[in-house]
Amino acid sequence: MILKEVKDILNAEVVSGDHDLEKEIKCAFAAELLSDVLALAQEGALLITGFTHSQVVYAADLANLCAILFIKGKRPSEETKQLAIQKKIPLLTTSFMMFEACGLLYEYGLKTCALELWNGKDGK
Amino acid sequence: MERTENNILLHQMFRIEGGDFKNAGSISDRIKKILKEAGFSNTLIRRICIAAFEAEMNVICYASKGTLSLLIAPSFLKVVVEDEGKGIPDVNLAMSEGYSTADEKIREMGFGAGMGLPNIKKNADEMILTSKYRQGTHLEFIIYLNRQETQLPFE
Repeated sequence: MILKEVKDILNAEVVSGDHDLEKEIKCAFAAELLSDVLALAQEGALLITGFTHSQVVYAADLANLCAILFIKGKRPSEETKQLAIQKKIPLLTTSFMMFEACGLLYEYGLKTCALELWNGKDGK
Repeated sequence: MERTENNILLHQMFRIEGGDFKNAGSISDRIKKILKEAGFSNTLIRRICIAAFEAEMNVICYASKGTLSLLIAPSFLKVVVEDEGKGIPDVNLAMSEGYSTADEKIREMGFGAGMGLPNIKKNADEMILTSKYRQGTHLEFIIYLNRQETQLPFE
C-alpha cells in the first residue's frame, strides 16, 4: 500500500510531506506509548498515534519509521510540523478514532509490524 | 569494559537539563547525525539512537541536570550518561519491565511506562547502571562494531 491509499481510505488530510504520497507503506504500528514505538516498531512502519508533540517525530526518525498518522483529528504544532519536514517524515491526520483507523487499514490489507510478540509477552 | 578508554576517535559531550521536555530527543538526533556522517550502518545507528533517546529522556524526566557523552572507538560505540538528581534507590527494581516512578506529566508525553531501561539493555551489547540515592545516576552502554550485523538484539 502507498501513503496515498492510506490517505484515501481514512479520508486523511496531509499536514506535511504531500510530495511523498507515493511512499510504500509495508506495515503499521499503533501506539500511545513512545517507549513501545522505540522498543517494538519495525523500520519502515507507518506510525499511528494520538501524540502530536515533537518527540513523536524524533522517535519516528530515530526508529526509521516512514510516516506518522494522527487520529481523532489531532493536529501537530508548527514546531512539530517543521521538524517532520526537516526529517522528511510525512504527517497525516484523520478524524477517525484509533480503533477505526487501524481497523480500516487492516481491512484494506495493511499489516501489523510489531516485532515478535505472543500473548503480550516478548517472544524471545 | 576495561578496553574502553583506549583509542577514542571521538568524544563528544552534550548537556541535558532536567525538565526540559521541549527539547527531548534533540541530543539523540545530533548523535544520529554524527554517526550518519561517520558512515555507520543504519541498523547500528538505530540501536544506539533508540537507547540514547531513552537515556536522554530519563535525565529530563528524573534528574535535575546531566550530561550524555558519545564515544567512538575503532571497535565499539559507547554512550555515557551522568546525572545529578534523586538517583535510583533500587537499581534492580528499576531494571524490571513495567516498574516506573513517573508522574502524570511524563506519562502524558508517552513515556514513563517502565520500558526505558530494559529497552536500553535490549539494544546495547553491554550496559552498566549505578546510582547513589539522592545524588545521581551513572549509565553507560556499549555496542561493539564487529558484532553489529550478525547479532541484532531482536530481529
